[in-house]
Amino acid sequence: MRVAAAPVAVNEPVVFDLAAAGLRALNAALAGLTATTNQTVWRVKNPRGEHAIAVGVTAPVCIFVDGPVGYYCAGMNDGADITIMGNAGPGVAENMMSGFVRVTGDASQAAGASAHGGLLVIEGNASARCGISMKGVDIVVKGFVGHMSAFMAQSGNLVVLGDAGEALGDSLYEARIFVRGRVASLGADCEERPMTDEAAAILAGLLRRADARAEVGDFKVYGSARKLYNFHVDHAGHY
Amino acid sequence: MEAVPRTKPRYSATFDPHAIAEIQRAAATGIYDIRGGGTKRKLPHFDDLLFLGASVSRYPLEGYRERCGTDVVLGTRFASKPIRLKIPVTIAGMSFGSLSGQAKEALGRGATLAGTSTTTGDGGMTEEERGHSDTLVYQYLPSRYGMNLRDLRRADAIEIVVGQGAKPGGGGMLLGQKISPRVAAMRNLPEGIDQRSACRHPDWTGPDDLEIKILELRELTGWEKPIYVKVGASRPYYDTALAVKAGADVVVLDGMQGGTAATQEVFIEHVGIPILAAIRPAVQALQDLGFHRKIQLIVSGGIRTGADVAKALALGADAVSIGTAALIALGDNSPEFEAEYEKLGTAAGAYDDWHEGRDPAGITTQDPALAARLDPVLGGRRLANYLAVLTLEAQAIARACGKSHLHNLEPEDLVALTIEAAAMAQVPLAGTNWIPGKTVGL
Repeated sequence: MRVAAAPVAVNEPVVFDLAAAGLRALNAALAGLTATTNQTVWRVKNPRGEHAIAVGVTAPVCIFVDGPVGYYCAGMNDGADITIMGNAGPGVAENMMSGFVRVTGDASQAAGASAHGGLLVIEGNASARCGISMKGVDIVVKGFVGHMSAFMAQSGNLVVLGDAGEALGDSLYEARIFVRGRVASLGADCEERPMTDEAAAILAGLLRRADARAEVGDFKVYGSARKLYNFHVDHAGHY
Repeated sequence: MEAVPRTKPRYSATFDPHAIAEIQRAAATGIYDIRGGGTKRKLPHFDDLLFLGASVSRYPLEGYRERCGTDVVLGTRFASKPIRLKIPVTIAGMSFGSLSGQAKEALGRGATLAGTSTTTGDGGMTEEERGHSDTLVYQYLPSRYGMNLRDLRRADAIEIVVGQGAKPGGGGMLLGQKISPRVAAMRNLPEGIDQRSACRHPDWTGPDDLEIKILELRELTGWEKPIYVKVGASRPYYDTALAVKAGADVVVLDGMQGGTAATQEVFIEHVGIPILAAIRPAVQALQDLGFHRKIQLIVSGGIRTGADVAKALALGADAVSIGTAALIALGDNSPEFEAEYEKLGTAAGAYDDWHEGRDPAGITTQDPALAARLDPVLGGRRLANYLAVLTLEAQAIARACGKSHLHNLEPEDLVALTIEAAAMAQVPLAGTNWIPGKTVGL
């Protein structure tokens, strides 16, 4: 006999005034949450550009940060759903393992740097080196990305609805880059690739998850030419 | 009739046989030489220093009878759980990938037996080394290969690597032949391709950013773990001062004798400075800022004997770190494998092609058959023996200088054999009171 699930209680958000209680108290509280917590919604007020807000959260909770943040907000996130209501400083969602991070404004340099998983959505623009050394994360930027984005990107997908700056995908490994706008230049060993059915399906899925209004057919896809995978002296001039 | 005497063949000091061979090799291959290890050139080193020992004005401690402490606590500035080690000799960061799993396990076993710490490397933390290391330092490197929250939180300390002595300013390259399925999976990269390790971190640049990065790491780990900052010796005064400013608990200073898994020979031999020249400026920076012995200094690069340990501590370090010497203790370059070294075109004692993955000793390899040659239990025992000898030797010297703890050794206990060493170590030339650059001599 099937047992009906217990009704889920709708919890009031936990309102945390960062200016009053401080960073350590916030991160300690978030670190103490378990997978079964009923404190599933958090609202962080007065972030005022502070660094390292909501880092290393492993509980599947929703966190809304009411304003701009400094460096490394949502760093190493591992399962939380974090929304930054404003702009984000460098390294937002750096080394994210899993979960979801949304920036409603612009993001500074190195957004999603070395992140292993999860989805990072930037509603505005992202500065230089967006997705640098990404290791499996998916990133959707609805505006432009700066130079050297996806530098040494290893795996995952970077979707750019706007233009991309110089040296896109320099020294790329196995990550995919989708760009709808103009690409200023491609970096070493990055080339345009055919939009395969698999790539199109991945792109469509990411656009849907990011709530981005764009047509798959408007994008070009870029990947590694794999010519620099093993060092050869005849390629020295490409570096 | 007697033959006219001819001038005997005379070799150039500038174009010596090694230089000529390198020109010929470069012309034939079109590629620079890559190798492992640290600098092989002769440099001013700890051998150029001597301890004075006790005399009328200093009385010694009885060997084996009177206590001479060796313990050290690392990370006393901010960390709520500083590291407590029985000996001031730690094992330096070396990667799984560069080293076999068995070698990493042996390092952990040996360090644990000796009561000290070992360190991960580029490529992440393996279960073998976590499981066999009572105290494990987790390196936070530019590549972030294998970096994850779980390992960060189960480490005992975190070492942010800015650079290393063999290649300050350089990244790394693990050549494809060492990229086994396991190594590839840990690094999120395909098998068999050359894996580059970046030369700078992806999400911070400069000391102001480093301060924020340290804040993030502390927040991620609840302010429990000591945060080390490791730099290659090049500008030790300023790098130490900036690490202090950025909030480090421990500064790790690696001289150019420190080893690397794989770097260009020209880089190893021509970038960076010897550890002897780096310690005093780093100590001076700590003293100027009021943090000497409050922020700990670990030095590395060419530590071989207990005398080296004692000299490094006398110059102001709190601990030393060993890498190459630890590998030798495990069995690297052992005469046991002489015939196989010859097949590789080298000899026991000179083997440095660690990047090729064909190490007969089974240490710097990912070849399962070669790696199986190293018994991690026996290797760990050998390393523990070596660490014990280093400690006993250092204690013997300290007692002779009348010190009841290794940390009581001081520059006043030392003299230098050469003017260069006197200037670098800032101790008097033996038989004088002359410290070049500091005092007017007799």
